[in-house]
Formats: sequence, C-alpha cells, structure tokens
Amino acid sequence: MEHPYLFLSKLAELFHADRLGHEWPHVLYSWAIIVILVVLGRLATRQVGMIPRGLYNLFELVIGGLEEFMVTVTGEKGRTYFPLICTLFLYIFIGNLLGLVPGMLSPTANLNTTLSMALIVFVTFQAVGIKEHGFGYIKHFMGPVWWLAPLMIPIELIAHLARVMSLSFRLFGNIMAEDMLMIVVMMLAGKFFAPFPLFFLFMFNAFVQAFIFTMLTMMYIAGSLEEAH
Amino acid sequence: MKRVVVTALLTVILVLGLATLALAAESDAVKIQGLKVFAACAIAAGFGIGMAAVGCGLSQGMAVKGALEGTARNPDAAGKIQVMMIIGLALIESLCIYALVIAIILLFVFPGNETLQNMLAVAKAG
Repeated sequence: MEHPYLFLSKLAELFHADRLGHEWPHVLYSWAIIVILVVLGRLATRQVGMIPRGLYNLFELVIGGLEEFMVTVTGEKGRTYFPLICTLFLYIFIGNLLGLVPGMLSPTANLNTTLSMALIVFVTFQAVGIKEHGFGYIKHFMGPVWWLAPLMIPIELIAHLARVMSLSFRLFGNIMAEDMLMIVVMMLAGKFFAPFPLFFLFMFNAFVQAFIFTMLTMMYIAGSLEEAH
Repeated sequence: MKRVVVTALLTVILVLGLATLALAAESDAVKIQGLKVFAACAIAAGFGIGMAAVGCGLSQGMAVKGALEGTARNPDAAGKIQVMMIIGLALIESLCIYALVIAIILLFVFPGNETLQNMLAVAKAG
C-alpha cells in the first residue's frame, strides 16, 4: 500500500515540517483535532440571550447528557472527573470520524495515540483510588478474604495492566480495521460509490467505540472510588 | 473434527511442497526458506482470524439473544437493555479485534514487504 495523500501533511510541507507531516501524521492530526475542539468550544459559548440556540444547544445536550450518565455510573463523588471523561469522548469521537473524510487520517488509527490515552486512564484511576483510600487502596487487590491475598494480588495486578492493553488495542484495532476496509473497498469498487453504505456502519462504530472507551473509564473510576470487598 | 484437522495438515504440506518445487531451480536456500516462512504466516493469519470470528459470532449471538428475551419479557426496560447490549457486544468484539491485529502483524509487518518483493523478483527472474 503506497502512502495516502493527506491534506495536512502537504500543508506542513509549506512550513518546512516535512518529517512531522510524513513520518508522524497522527501527531499532526491530533493537533488538528485539538484546534477543532477549541474553536468549537469558543463558538459554542458565545451565547446571545437566555434561550440557547444552535451550537450552544447541541453542546448542552451532549455535555449535559454525558454528565447525567456519568453520575449514574460513578455516583456524586465522580463529578470532579467529568472534564477528563468529556474530553476523551469528544476527542475519540471526532478522531474516529476524521478518518472517513477523504484526504484525512484518524489519529486513533495509530497505536501510539490509543496507548497514550489508555495510559492516562490507568494513571487516573490509580491516582483516584490512592487519593480516596490512601494506603487502604491495597485492600482493592486483596480479594474477599484475607488468606486469599497471595493468590489475588498478582491476579488483580495483571487485571489492572490488562485494562490498559484492552482499552488501547480495542480502539486501535477497530479504527485501523475501519480505515483498511475503506481503502480496500475503494480500491475494488470505488467508481460505483460502493463505500457509501459502509460509511453509516463506520460512523456508528466510531460513536460506539468512543462511548465504550468513555464508559469503561467511568467504570474503572467508579471501581476505584467504591469501598473494597 | 478429525477430518478437518487432517485436511488442514494436508493443505499445509501441499502448499509448502509446492513452494519448494517452484523455487527448487533457484537453489538459494535462504530464499526458499523465506518464502516458506511467509507461506506459513499467511496460513496462520487466515486460520487465526477465521477461528476468532467463529467464537465472536457465537458469543455475540448469545448476547443478543439474552437482550431480545429480556426486552420481550419487559418492553419498558428496552432502553436500558439496549445500552447494556451495545456495551456487551463491543467488549466481546474486542477479543476478535485482538486476533485481527495479530493477523495483520503477521501479514504486513513480518517478514516485511521489501524482503518479499526482492525474493519474488529473484524467483521470477531465475
């Protein structure tokens, strides 16, 4: 497979940032998503009058709904971690969708992006547990009865590390498979507009993957906040 | 079941044997070995993702069956059941995705496309 044609990489060549554009396009497109989110945020908070309309309305729906959903999963104590959850959801959702636009690349189709996000989640829920319980956090690893602790501690440690791997690989595998499928279908039957019905499946999958990542983060934070067995 | 295993083994031996026959005129042992490795990788990738898809299909079918039965019993809870079903399906599917990633690594990352192109070019020229 030869290199795809990427708009932002060509733009980066104008600024003599060839290596950034061609060797690390996922970093460039990550920055593009950051710029998109900041611009959307600025546009949405410019509210005129009491009645919300337009972009403000849409964001109120999205953020309000996500916050209510988060409180049902983590409880009231989890409300302080809502900015992380919302950022993850919006970043992953727009990142997944960006790959469907011709001439653009999903940054989440690269294992580096997803692994970095999974590591952030890992550090967050460990820090939440330590902050909430102090040294008593070790009780989360010990299992239901005290004499099972030598067996349970390695199992729980491996389970915690496996969460990082599963989060990163699930998102990476889904989005990379989606991109590859789109390339293959376009190669085979592109002139008959064959990928068009597949785009609905890809958009649904992009939303579901973002939602799953966010929901699993919420559940891990909720698991760290609650009392041990 | 035993017939499936025997057929699979015979296919493997046939493919490897054909590769040897096609390149025997080359008499370059390294290139023959390299192409045999790639043939094995291709077979492994195909079987791996096939078997992962079987397990994934059965498990997701059982998950959807449970969700549909629950909704049929209690149509008012359809919203919550649907949300849980989607989450469950995505978690089951992630196991198949792990197998897909391994298959893609086998095909594209090892043994590497440039080496394979070199070997195929030499085999064609010879």
